[in-house]
Amino acid sequence: MAKTTAGRGRGAKGAAGASRAAKAKVGGANGSRANGMTANGSGALRRGADAFMLKVGLAEMMKNGVIMDVTDVEQAKIAEDAGACAVMALERVPADIRRDGGVARMSAVDMIERIQRSVSIPVMAKCRIGHIAEARVLEALGVDFIDESEVLTPADDEHHIAKHDYRVPFVCGARNLGEALRRIGEGAAMIRTKGEAGSGNIVEAVRHLRSVIGEIRAIQALPAEELMSTARDMGAPYDLVRYVHEHGKLPVPNFAAGGVATPPDAALCRSLGAEAVFVGSGIFKSADPAARARAIVHACTHWDDPEEVLNACRGLGSAMEGLEMSSLAEDEKLANRGW
Amino acid sequence: MAAKRKRRTGGDRARPVVGVLAIQGDVEKHLAALERCGASGRRVLVPADLVGLSALVLPGGESTTISKGLDRHGLVEPIRAFAKAGGAVLGTCAGAILLARSSRNHPVPTLGLLDVEALRNAYGTQVDSFVAPADASSRPAWRGMECVFIRAPRLVDPGRGVEVLATVDSEPVLVRQGRRLACTFHPELTDDVRVHAALLELAKAGPIGGMDG
Repeated sequence: MAKTTAGRGRGAKGAAGASRAAKAKVGGANGSRANGMTANGSGALRRGADAFMLKVGLAEMMKNGVIMDVTDVEQAKIAEDAGACAVMALERVPADIRRDGGVARMSAVDMIERIQRSVSIPVMAKCRIGHIAEARVLEALGVDFIDESEVLTPADDEHHIAKHDYRVPFVCGARNLGEALRRIGEGAAMIRTKGEAGSGNIVEAVRHLRSVIGEIRAIQALPAEELMSTARDMGAPYDLVRYVHEHGKLPVPNFAAGGVATPPDAALCRSLGAEAVFVGSGIFKSADPAARARAIVHACTHWDDPEEVLNACRGLGSAMEGLEMSSLAEDEKLANRGW
Repeated sequence: MAAKRKRRTGGDRARPVVGVLAIQGDVEKHLAALERCGASGRRVLVPADLVGLSALVLPGGESTTISKGLDRHGLVEPIRAFAKAGGAVLGTCAGAILLARSSRNHPVPTLGLLDVEALRNAYGTQVDSFVAPADASSRPAWRGMECVFIRAPRLVDPGRGVEVLATVDSEPVLVRQGRRLACTFHPELTDDVRVHAALLELAKAGPIGGMDG
């Protein structure tokens, strides 16, 4: 029976960690296990299935919700008040990162701490792809979720973080099923589309959602003996390919991100199978952030009721300006970071 | 918005229909758990969705988000009325906070259907989330049940009408008051359906006029 908390102790908060360690010794007598989250081939069993269950559990709690990028306490409160189910604390929204250029790193910890103190909903933060030390700092800070994000400048151009080694859950971006399953194999507890962050253009998120969901459908239809060569061709762990074949879904929640700017954008992502939506620049680069934040939350809840989405569209002022994809060179696309 | 939505039929008698508040949270996990118990689930988003339900689940999720949604969807009074008419209600984690008489630590407006106070995020952030079995001071039927706590609240200062069914570290994690159940953990994330089955038992008991508030 695995222990609940993976990875290291909590340093300064060691006392709390110690009492938790005592609780972590779970008896397996009644045989109840987390549904569908144990033998999913994610490698979680190496680190403790309970630890992975807790991470995926928080992702489950964010379903049917909207996660909003915020850059200060005031924005965090606007997001919470609008009904966001979590905030992503970062220094610059993706549209500004794109405009400013240069190296984009993990945000200043003081800013993240101020936001943690000001809201009661989960606080996420981004680290650079492959930046093990930034991730450890965010874990020590007690953020609720880490986004190993292509929006920041990658720290490692070949390797992503070994995420099962951490107690904090990770979300990662993916453009297709192979990429999603590689990230889950490394320990991601949530997958989001990459979309094209900071573009205000939903086309890439739609492409990535359709790609992931379409490939899931195709794998479901395969005969069992074709799964191994499919795993080889996709560059995905075989056990996860088999999980998808058997269950018709990812073993972790599948969210949309990258380019959501309007209530119908959120509803579109939900209708294509996204279980929740991230909004980055779309809210605080618009004319009336509070109203737009509320409206996107409403559209995410009522995505299959056009009249409610229509109601959400009223009185919003202008949306953020968008970028046409053909105006971006391939090396300007954030989605091409990571593999 | 309530009137537009068509009323759905209640299903066959052998298969009770249980609502799951669908504003935000892990709605699908509860619907699946209810299916495993032989009930059919229905998403609840507007007051009309409450009609004909045997029981109602307030799921896990973000209590701030769900609380604001209850208000915006005009569901606060209809849910109170459902419970006061004897409808069985289960709140898990965020749902337990919403059932409480009040909440502390970034308080959110609550429904006041359960005579306890909820202390939000009482164990810390996500890195403090944990799994633990219901301990020896739990009622026999609940001992050893695996409880998954995710950014969980604590239930403190229970009133006299509140029965503590299960504890972890001798603190209440599953309580009952009349036909209202609340747990600070997530039974919907494990294969153990005892909590959902208990809700269905409470729903079966027939009209209970005046049993509680």
